[in-house]
Amino acid sequence: MNRPQPVNFVPPKTLAEYPVGPCCPSAHIVGINAGMRTFRPIIDHATCVHCLRCFLVCPEGAIDKSEADLEIDLNYCKGCGVCAHECKVGAITLVKETEA
Amino acid sequence: MSEKMFICSDEAVALGAKLARPQVIAAYPITPQTIVVERLSDYVEDGSLKATYLHVESEHSAITASLGAASVGARTFTATSSQGLLYMTEGLYYASGARFPIVMMDANRSLALPWNIYGDQRDSLSQLASGWIQLYAEDAQEALDLTIQAYKVAEDPEVMLPVMVCLDGFVLTHTYEVVEIPEQDKVDAFIPYQNYANKMDLDNPTSNCITAGPDYNLEFHYQQHIATLKAGEKLIAADKEYGELFGRTYGGLVETYRTDDADAVIVTLGSVAGTTRCVVDALRAEGKKVGLLRIRCMRPFPEKEIIAALQHVKAVGVLEKDIDHGCEGVVFTNVNSALMRGTTKPATFNFIAGLGGRSILKGDIAQCFDKLLRQAAGEPQSPTVEFVKLGC
Repeated sequence: MNRPQPVNFVPPKTLAEYPVGPCCPSAHIVGINAGMRTFRPIIDHATCVHCLRCFLVCPEGAIDKSEADLEIDLNYCKGCGVCAHECKVGAITLVKETEA
Repeated sequence: MSEKMFICSDEAVALGAKLARPQVIAAYPITPQTIVVERLSDYVEDGSLKATYLHVESEHSAITASLGAASVGARTFTATSSQGLLYMTEGLYYASGARFPIVMMDANRSLALPWNIYGDQRDSLSQLASGWIQLYAEDAQEALDLTIQAYKVAEDPEVMLPVMVCLDGFVLTHTYEVVEIPEQDKVDAFIPYQNYANKMDLDNPTSNCITAGPDYNLEFHYQQHIATLKAGEKLIAADKEYGELFGRTYGGLVETYRTDDADAVIVTLGSVAGTTRCVVDALRAEGKKVGLLRIRCMRPFPEKEIIAALQHVKAVGVLEKDIDHGCEGVVFTNVNSALMRGTTKPATFNFIAGLGGRSILKGDIAQCFDKLLRQAAGEPQSPTVEFVKLGC
């Protein structure tokens, strides 16, 4: 998966640790943002035809297509299920997070 | 060899900017700044200046395009005036907050309404809090020299702030004078390109203009405040070094003229300082102890220099082309605030003049001095803000 990973943000403790103005290595992606997920989408790669419909409709942009098989970035997938609903070949199933 | 040319201040600024070799110019024409952008676009068109000239559709776009250019480390120039400066306002705070060393010329012009295209200083003085270094030229030569020095200060690693070079609309922008043009190789050596620490860089990715919430916001502004104060020291140093290289210095943040033993001093900025100097000489010839303090730099504000020069003067008048309605002239507010911190405080008076381009003549300045000299002689004068030549 070729996606930005959460950065371990170390806040500045002294003025000397501040950058010159608010232009610095990003501190925005500082943690996983998926704690509210109830259902986890699972892709059946044998069924998937790589139409990229899920990639296009995912409201979080959490589906990665950099490898041969599509992959879901579970750090940011909220479990909304739009991908499973929109998949025309039924390649995506929603599994309860507690059972995944 | 440097050459001499007979040019107006707009052309002097354009030549100064050309000598500084900006890599990106983004500007929108507005009277009385138009000649600057016309000349610069000519230089880019004829190949004598290797720069990208962006034809933007507004001043808001001019400043935001400048932000983009400076954010990738390009030396950037823009210019505006009056309503155009106000239209840029949002971007002005972005530029200073992001610490992008953009240099901008502002042709000082009145603000609407009433509609007016002539010169006063209400435009730039309304932006004192925008975080830009603000410099004021007295003549065409200084306008050229300041445009070059502005890059030296702006791009200093300890400063990294945008600089506004202000010159009086028409009185300077459209008035022709003999101006000495520095040699390109010496300017190149004076202001070599700098590698901005905060630039966007593919090899070292950063987020620009990030959020800083309540936990971190104050510290960014403290840092910017310290850098702005530092710019004062850097301007003094740049003025000195420029003098050694090109033979012209201007005295740093303020220029004092016959203030040493003066009873009455007029403080002002811009071209009216020249007229005031003539009046000082005439009154001195009559034995009256008068002097002039010209503020060259409004931000950072030269508090120390003003206290040192004026705290023992009996009466100080601030003559300015500006009014903060319902209060007083903003230069007066700043000067008064500085003088409050001296060991002794002179009596201070505010003279509002030249609004909407009305001429400030020698006789007007002599009348201001008369009031100050009466005060100095022990005859208390009204502290009310005085509008010079009201009703004429």
